Amino acid sequence: MKNRLTQKLKKIVHYLVLLFFTYIFIFPLFFMIVSSLKGDEMQIIKDMSSLKAFIPYGEINFQNYIDVFERLDIARFLFNSVFITGVTISIGVIFNSMLAFALARMEFRFKKIILFAILALIIVPIESILIPMLLIVNKMDIINTYTVQIIPFVADAFSIFLFYQSFLDLPKALDEAAIVDGASYFKIYWKVALPLSKPVIVTALILNGLARWGDLIWPLMVTRGETYRPLTVAMQQFFTLRPIMWGDVFAFSVIITVPVLIMYLLFQKQFKESVASTGVKG
Amino acid sequence: MKHITKQEKEAWILSAPAILILILFLVIPFVSAFMFSFTNRMLIMGPDMDLKFIGFSNYGKLLTDPEFYNALKNNFVFAIVVVPVQTSLALLLAVLINHKMKGMNFFRTIFFSPVVITMVVVATIWALLFNPTASGYLNVMLSKMSFGLIKPLSWHHSADSSMLSIIILSIWQGVGFQMIIILAGLQYIPKELYEAAKIDGANKIEQFFYVTIPNLKNTLMFVIITTTIFAFKLFTQVMILTEGGPQGSTKTLVFLLYKEGFTKMKVGYASAIAVVFFVIVLGISLIQRKIMKED
Repeated sequence: MKNRLTQKLKKIVHYLVLLFFTYIFIFPLFFMIVSSLKGDEMQIIKDMSSLKAFIPYGEINFQNYIDVFERLDIARFLFNSVFITGVTISIGVIFNSMLAFALARMEFRFKKIILFAILALIIVPIESILIPMLLIVNKMDIINTYTVQIIPFVADAFSIFLFYQSFLDLPKALDEAAIVDGASYFKIYWKVALPLSKPVIVTALILNGLARWGDLIWPLMVTRGETYRPLTVAMQQFFTLRPIMWGDVFAFSVIITVPVLIMYLLFQKQFKESVASTGVKG
Repeated sequence: MKHITKQEKEAWILSAPAILILILFLVIPFVSAFMFSFTNRMLIMGPDMDLKFIGFSNYGKLLTDPEFYNALKNNFVFAIVVVPVQTSLALLLAVLINHKMKGMNFFRTIFFSPVVITMVVVATIWALLFNPTASGYLNVMLSKMSFGLIKPLSWHHSADSSMLSIIILSIWQGVGFQMIIILAGLQYIPKELYEAAKIDGANKIEQFFYVTIPNLKNTLMFVIITTTIFAFKLFTQVMILTEGGPQGSTKTLVFLLYKEGFTKMKVGYASAIAVVFFVIVLGISLIQRKIMKED
């Protein structure tokens, strides 16, 4: 009897701790959304000293959103971010998996060296090569374009590594049968290997998607003016304007956050599996 | 004459796009960074300037630059706090969730959600939560929870607490990522080990230290190393929240590299910073490989 009571008590404490952390992780998001709906700038600041910060009351409307759309070309920035991220990760999946397939399933000269080089390149942080990259794109005369924000990030050593591992695991008999039937390696790659690697495709899309969507430093260096500017740079510039209009800032934040948040809620399982797969290799 | 087989030809066609891009945007810049670090290269070379080999003088300048030591110190302070705190918190969250109870999926979804929120946004939300007045949200909450013991902080507005602000929002955003990795590691531990420990009379805490931790060693090592590397890449939240200030208290290596190479256009000097930065990251990665191999 007593044992069951302590069991129950333990469970309650367990849930209370979880709820405490739920509050920690959710209140800034809640705060952002609720504040973005408050039309009165003063009220946002005043409400901060209490839990009123989380209660949508007073002047509730979409005025902040209307303001942001009027002050900035948000639709353009949103399109730029979606376009740059979408194109980069889609071409990336194709190019990276193509190379990985050749490395995993085919015989050709320098294969070992290339494989070794790719594994070594995983360690190189993009931050350490930003400045020479800038010089190269400057020479190529592609500063302030979509291209400069897409091409350098299409090939990704870690994605190649993930695809390589996945292709290695496919049974050899698969291509032997296809070769006997007269299929080319292109066909095996496209019709057999790629469709069997859906989990890796999703992982590559998600991990690179999050990185591209959130990148600030590269677009900061290679975009001028508004035409090709992504959301992150637009937000950074907007945030430096004084005085800060918090309602507008939060409306803008919601606009950046919602597309990714929806994707996350729809594909939760895939998001978590992608992240988990970065750790398994160790 | 060497004959190129059909297979070889196809392999090169499949490999070429990714290899070309990797060479152009990874290998060449990487080699250039080393070379530029020995030159006086500027982003835009004026008509009266010659590109010169200047030996180690960029490195010499770097080693006497207080800004560089300051940035290095800031990165270390950030890493020394964030790595243990974030890893332990991620472990705690993972252990809390790794139960067959109702609602665990819900909690996991919530704890992970900051990871999908762009750092730019995270930093702006926290900028207001870190309101430096006594009526700022965090100041009020901390004061209430400590019964008035914790006095209002100036957060990112003062040099004393600016790094703390960056640390808090970084952990808040990143801990869910590590939690998921650790959770995956926990699920690999065979249930029988716990059963055996129970039979031997181990309580929950003993089970944690004698079963969970040893079996999680590789996963934890991985988490610690990746978090350390992330700590040295610190940039976005600094750019948004403090722009390196106040009084340089949040300037980091990557921030310095950005300022010197891009804003001041000193490519040679920035390349020297990049090389040092790379050597640090490489060092951390090599330590990881060594520790992992010993198992």
